[in-house]
Amino acid sequence: MRQLRALVIALLGVLRLRRTAKEQQHSSKGDDERIVASAPPNRGSELVVVALLLAAAVCAVAFIVFYAIDDLPSHTQLLGLSFGLALAFAAAALIVTGHRLVVSEEIAEEYPEPEEPEEQEAVVEIVHESGDRLTRKRLLGAAAGAAGTAIGLAAITPAASLGPGIETKSLYDTPWRRGRRLVDDKGKAYAATEIEQGTFYTAFPENAKPDTIGAPVVVVRLDPAALQLPAGRSGWAPQGIMAFSKVCTHAGCAIALYRKPLFPPVQPRPALLCPCHYSTFDPAKGGEVIFGPAGRPLPQLPLTVDGRGELRAGGNFSGPVGPSWWGVREDQAS
Amino acid sequence: MIRRAVRFLDQRSGAAPLLRKALRYLFPDHWSFLLGEVALYAFIVLVATGVYLTLFFEPSLAKTTYHGTYAPLEGVSVSEAYKSVVDLSFDVKAGLLLRQTHHWAADVFVASIVLHVMRIFFTGAFRKPRGITYFVGLLMLFTTLLEGYLGYSIVDDLLSGMGLAIGYGVALSIPFVGANLALLIWGGPYPGAPVFESRMYIGHVFLFPILIGTLIAVHLALVASRHHTQFRMDRRASQRTLVGVPMFPGQTPRSLGLMLAVAAVLFLLGGLIQINPIWLWGPYEVAQGTNGAQPDWYLGWLIGALRLVPGFDLRIGDYTLVPNPFWGGALFPLIVLAVLALFPWAERRMTGDHGFHNLLDRPRDAPGRTAFGAAFMTWILLIFVSGSADRATVFFGASYVAQIWVYRVAVWVVPVVVFFVTRSICRALARSDEIEEDAEQAEEEARAAARRSRPQAAVATPGEGTRGP
Repeated sequence: MRQLRALVIALLGVLRLRRTAKEQQHSSKGDDERIVASAPPNRGSELVVVALLLAAAVCAVAFIVFYAIDDLPSHTQLLGLSFGLALAFAAAALIVTGHRLVVSEEIAEEYPEPEEPEEQEAVVEIVHESGDRLTRKRLLGAAAGAAGTAIGLAAITPAASLGPGIETKSLYDTPWRRGRRLVDDKGKAYAATEIEQGTFYTAFPENAKPDTIGAPVVVVRLDPAALQLPAGRSGWAPQGIMAFSKVCTHAGCAIALYRKPLFPPVQPRPALLCPCHYSTFDPAKGGEVIFGPAGRPLPQLPLTVDGRGELRAGGNFSGPVGPSWWGVREDQAS
Repeated sequence: MIRRAVRFLDQRSGAAPLLRKALRYLFPDHWSFLLGEVALYAFIVLVATGVYLTLFFEPSLAKTTYHGTYAPLEGVSVSEAYKSVVDLSFDVKAGLLLRQTHHWAADVFVASIVLHVMRIFFTGAFRKPRGITYFVGLLMLFTTLLEGYLGYSIVDDLLSGMGLAIGYGVALSIPFVGANLALLIWGGPYPGAPVFESRMYIGHVFLFPILIGTLIAVHLALVASRHHTQFRMDRRASQRTLVGVPMFPGQTPRSLGLMLAVAAVLFLLGGLIQINPIWLWGPYEVAQGTNGAQPDWYLGWLIGALRLVPGFDLRIGDYTLVPNPFWGGALFPLIVLAVLALFPWAERRMTGDHGFHNLLDRPRDAPGRTAFGAAFMTWILLIFVSGSADRATVFFGASYVAQIWVYRVAVWVVPVVVFFVTRSICRALARSDEIEEDAEQAEEEARAAARRSRPQAAVATPGEGTRGP
C-alpha cells in the first residue's frame, strides 16, 4: 500500500513537472499566434484522469492474474469483468480528457467546393482528344465488348466445378425403396405394435445414410376410420400407421412438433408442425397443408407390415422431399 | 522529440501538410453522429476476437466422438467443427470470453449500422453530395447480415444447421436458377457435401471481412472528402460553412474513449451474459429440430416474413415455378434494399430538389420523408415481431394462428396509419416552429422599433403587445 502511494506521488510529481515545463514553453506565445486555442489548466481533472488510468491498469493486471489461476470458479465472468472494467476505466479517462483537459474549440471553415467544372471539362477533353484517331468507334466498342464478355464468362466458367449445378436430378434422390425396413436412430427395427397414437416416432431407412434430406421420416398412428387419404394411397397406412418425410416442404427444417388434441371434439385435429415457420400438415389427409407457409403437402411414404410385424417401406415417397425449386414435379421421387 | 518525429516523417513521405489538415479536420458535435463510429469500433472488436477464434476453430464436418469437459455430450457423435467450438468454450482459457464477446460484437455491429442508417435517412444525410457514401453503407449493411449468418452457421450446432436448411430452401426457391445455384454453392444437396463447411469458413474469415473492410475504407474516404453534414446548431453553420471540433485535440480523446467504451461493453457482455450456448443446442442432425428456434436478432425480420406469407407456391399444373420461401426469404429483403437504395432518387423526383445539402433536416422539416420512413420501419418492425409469435403463444397462450392472421392484416394497415399520423405530427411541429420564429422576429422588430422611438415618445414596453400567441 505504502509503495503504491509513493508511486502515485512520484507520478503526480512527474506530471506537474511536465505541466510547468509546457506552461513556460507556451506562455512565450501570444493567443493570436497559436493554432490551438488556449485555456487555463484544470488540475482537479488531471488527478481524476490519473486515477482512472491507474484503475484501468489495476483491472488489466487483475485480468492477467485471473488468467493465470487455473481452478478459479466463474473464470469467464471474472475475465470478462476485469478486462471490461479495464477498458471502461481507460474509456472514462479519455472522455474526461476530451471534455476537461484539452480545449474543444468549435471552429468554422468552408466546405470543400461542391464541384470543379474546369477539372471535369479537362477530364472529358483528355478522353475525347485521345480518341481522335479512332474512326470506327462503334465497331471497336462492339469488339471490345465481345472480348470482355467472353473473357469474363471464361473466367467464371470454372465455378461450374463447385457442384452438380447443371444436373439437378440429385435433388429427387431418397434412400427409400420397396421393402426397406424402418429403424430408429440406434438401427433397431420398428414393430407395428410399438407405434402408439398421440405421439410420433422418427425412423430412418435401414442400411442407409441417416443424414440426407430424404432419409428421416416421422411415423404416426391414427384411427384408421379417421383417415381421408388421397386417391391411390389405399394400403399405404396399415392399421392407421403412416410415415411422412420429416423434412418440411417449405424451407427444409425438421418436422419436430406433433399437435395432439387433448380434447378432440373442440380442439384442432392432430397435425405435424415445423418449428421454424410453423407449416402445419394434416397426417389424416396424407400430409395436406392446413396452415403456414408450406406450398405443397408433406410427402407420404407407403408402409407395409412384414411377416415379423415390422414396418417396411412399400415404395418411395408420394412426391419430392424437402424444399421446392423451379421446375420440381409434384409426383416424383427417385 | 515530436518535432524530430514529424521532420523524419515529412522528409521521407511529404506527409506534413496532409497531417496538419487531418489534425484540424472538423467533426460537428452531435450524439447521433457517434452511431457510425460505434459500428466501426464493433468491427474492430470483431476482427480482433475473430482472429483469436480462427486459431482454435476446425472448419470440418468430419465426424468424431466428443470426449471432454461437458459431460452431457460425452460419447456423442459430432463434427470436428462443433467439437472445436465446444472445446474452445470449456477447455481453452478465456476461450468462452472471446467467443461470446465476438458474438455480442456481431449483434451490436449490425444494430449500430441499422441505427446509423436510420439517422442518415431521417435527417436527409443521403442527399447530394453523399449519394455514393449512402449506397456503400447500404451495401455494407447487407454484406454484414450475410457475414453474421455465415458466422453462426459454421459452428454446425443444431440452430446453425436449421438456419442453413432455411438458407438452402430460400436459395432453391430463386426463380429459374435456384436449383442450380443451390447445388453449386452447397456442393450438392444439403446436407451432405462436406466441402460446404470450408467454403463458409473462407467466406466468413476472409472474403467477407475483406469486403466489409474495403467498403468501410471507401465509406470513410468519401465522408472525409465531402466532410460531415451538420445540424444548424451554431449561428455560423450553413450550407457553405462547417462548424465543428477539430480532430486534434478535441475529437481524438472523445472518439478513442468511445472506442474503448464500446469494447468495454462488449467484453462485459461477453463475460457476464451467456449467448449462443451451443452445447445446449447439440450438434445438427437432419432429423432434429428445436422448438422456439430463434436466430440472431438481425435475421428476425426474415423469419417473420417467411412465417407470415400464406402457404402457396406459384405453379402451373403440377409444375412448380416459384416456391414459397422466395417471397419472404429473398424477395422481401430485396424489396427493402431496393426501397432504401431508390429512395434518394424518388425523393429528388418528388421534390425536384437536386441541390447540394450539407445542412441536415430535422425529421419535422421533411414531413413526407419522415412519414414514409416511419411507415416503412413500422412495416419491417411488425414483420420482425411476427417472427416471435410462437414465443407469445408459449408465454401468454395467445393462439398462434389467430396472431398470424392479425399480423397479416396489420402489416398492411398499421404502416398506412403511421404514415398519416407521422406526417401530421411533423407538419404541426414545423408550423409551431414557424409561429415561434415569427413571434421572435416580431419581438425583435418591436424591440428595435422601441429603441428607435424611445427618444421621441415614452412607450413603456411595445414588445409585450406583439409577443406570440
